Amino acid sequence: MANNSINIAATAVSGPSGPKPRPLLSPRNIMIYSTLFIVCMYYALPLYVMIVTSLKGMPEIRLGNIFAPPVEITFQPWVKAWAEACTGLDCSGLSKGFWNSVKILIPSAALSILIASINGYALANWKFKGSEVFFTILIFGAFVPYQVIIYPIVIILRELGLFGKLPGLVLVHVIFGMPILTLLFRNYFTSLPEELFKAARVDGAGFWGIYFRIMVPMSLPIFVVALILQVTGIWNDFLFGVIYTKPENYPMTVQLNNIVNSVQGVKEYNVNMAATMLTGIVPLIIYFASGKLFVRGIAAGAVKG
Amino acid sequence: MTSVSIQNLDLNFGSVNVLKQLNLSIEEGEFLVLLGASGCGKSTLLNCIAGLLDVSDGQIFINGKNVTWAEPSDRGIGMVFQSYALYPQMTVKGNLSFGLKNARLPKPEIEERVARAAEILQIEPLLDRKPGALSGGQRQRVAIGRALVRDVDVFLFDEPLSNLDAKLRAELRVEIKRLHQKLGNTMIYVTHDQVEAMTLADRIAIMRDGLVQQLAGPDEIYNRPANKYVADFIGSPAMNFFEGQAKKDGTINIGNLDVDLKGYEFADGPVNGPVWFGYRPEHVVLGEAARQLPLCVEAVADIVEPMGSDTLIWTKIEGVDFRIRTDGQAKVAAGDPLLVGMDPRYASIFDQQTEERV
Repeated sequence: MANNSINIAATAVSGPSGPKPRPLLSPRNIMIYSTLFIVCMYYALPLYVMIVTSLKGMPEIRLGNIFAPPVEITFQPWVKAWAEACTGLDCSGLSKGFWNSVKILIPSAALSILIASINGYALANWKFKGSEVFFTILIFGAFVPYQVIIYPIVIILRELGLFGKLPGLVLVHVIFGMPILTLLFRNYFTSLPEELFKAARVDGAGFWGIYFRIMVPMSLPIFVVALILQVTGIWNDFLFGVIYTKPENYPMTVQLNNIVNSVQGVKEYNVNMAATMLTGIVPLIIYFASGKLFVRGIAAGAVKG
Repeated sequence: MTSVSIQNLDLNFGSVNVLKQLNLSIEEGEFLVLLGASGCGKSTLLNCIAGLLDVSDGQIFINGKNVTWAEPSDRGIGMVFQSYALYPQMTVKGNLSFGLKNARLPKPEIEERVARAAEILQIEPLLDRKPGALSGGQRQRVAIGRALVRDVDVFLFDEPLSNLDAKLRAELRVEIKRLHQKLGNTMIYVTHDQVEAMTLADRIAIMRDGLVQQLAGPDEIYNRPANKYVADFIGSPAMNFFEGQAKKDGTINIGNLDVDLKGYEFADGPVNGPVWFGYRPEHVVLGEAARQLPLCVEAVADIVEPMGSDTLIWTKIEGVDFRIRTDGQAKVAAGDPLLVGMDPRYASIFDQQTEERV
């Protein structure tokens, strides 16, 4: 009898116990990491080529080793891209386009987010007769192809006296951001507990009181998502920028295109690479600064429809 | 004086009538419980009283004032929600004073009211915390406090204890009762829990499909349910029902049994026709004493559920499942023979057609 129980104890010790071991080189890990490596290369390699090329001088580039690191590091292409590159007769580089883009971006993003969040809040919490129809029509707006309405908008802006001016482009951005942003905010606000809204009404808060004191403080993640969507969308916009503004108001993307595609003289790859990097830097900074909040906000907004 | 009065209230969601011509009047200082299964319209009614839902027809009066079109904050009500609905980004103090700030009360008065409510509910040490740092019971206390600081005449509770565990629920139940005795406000309390209803209420309104089935004190509801639905709904385990034939001479025939209904209080004298004979499990008499009663049958225990304080026995009488609740110390095992006695004085008899009490 005693012998028996000792045996059982011994088996218990020698058998599986504690966490299951997971070998580093299991087929599963090999699959996961090799896939990740390939995907990583796919995105990182072009970036690498861009950075090294932008740091080389033209003689070095002519050698043709695009993957080779620069022998002599020079920041001259960056300076040139920012301040001296020519588009046609104007040789002031990208800097002007950068400030144009900033002037377009800030009011467009701020206005569209403000209006869309109020829209979404009203549609989620203050249902009125026809609010669902209104919402459906608004969402439908997200599926209208841009090409169809380019010309009508040209006419509208002309009649408003805004054609070719920055406020005109801001207006276009605000309107085009409305469907998707409203959807985003409405879904987020619907996912907040309805009883909070009811409690605030019993507490005597009105439309604006509930919006500013209850809803907005609870919605930081979704505001960050909206901010990222708008900043990248507006900053990267090319079509509206080239159509609705004049050369002195061109946003950075349009200027980049003009620099890269100018056909006179030698193609300065290093300057083009530097210019491209400069243009992409704002969305990049936004992504890196708010990555965590972005994921949280996307997840929170996606739960309920 | 009437505190809350609801007259011919109708509420439709599209083509669905949630509340149908509902009339209800609640006395000042009364504790009224709206009780019913989910979907019976009890929470909807409470939301209508609070002004959070627009009514389709009818009127609501609070303290003699017609508030049918008034904003929730102007109705003189405070409301406590099931999910607490505390504002997560504000401290407890911020939560309590939010309504008062909206009403533009002077600062010293806000301080005073918050302090008083915190004292009554014993949440003073929590005032600077955020709701996320509170336990469920503490959150519900703060939610009650938020209604308390508004100094209102009518408190509305929407299943306030349903999110709490059983022990905490029992504690807060007593606390709400104590609060009512102390403040003497009118309270309207929605629940699906019959224990809460029976213990808290001055009167219970049992609702079903948007209609009030019976409005009476807990005692009356328990002992003299107005119809079969109420009889079935109140009591745990539920009342036993037999189909029977009532005769004009005051007897009833259940299967092979003929029973003299001596002691049963008929609403309008003995009736004739098919009826339901209802009998509560806890009123069953077991053993030799059963022989003294007009209805006495032999049965065999099928299943025995000992619960400590009492014992539940499942058996079959006249082919119908029959539940008996008896003393917790009763030593009964499955298969034991039982002598089951029922006293018509404790029975409830309902017409089979109308399901109304006879």
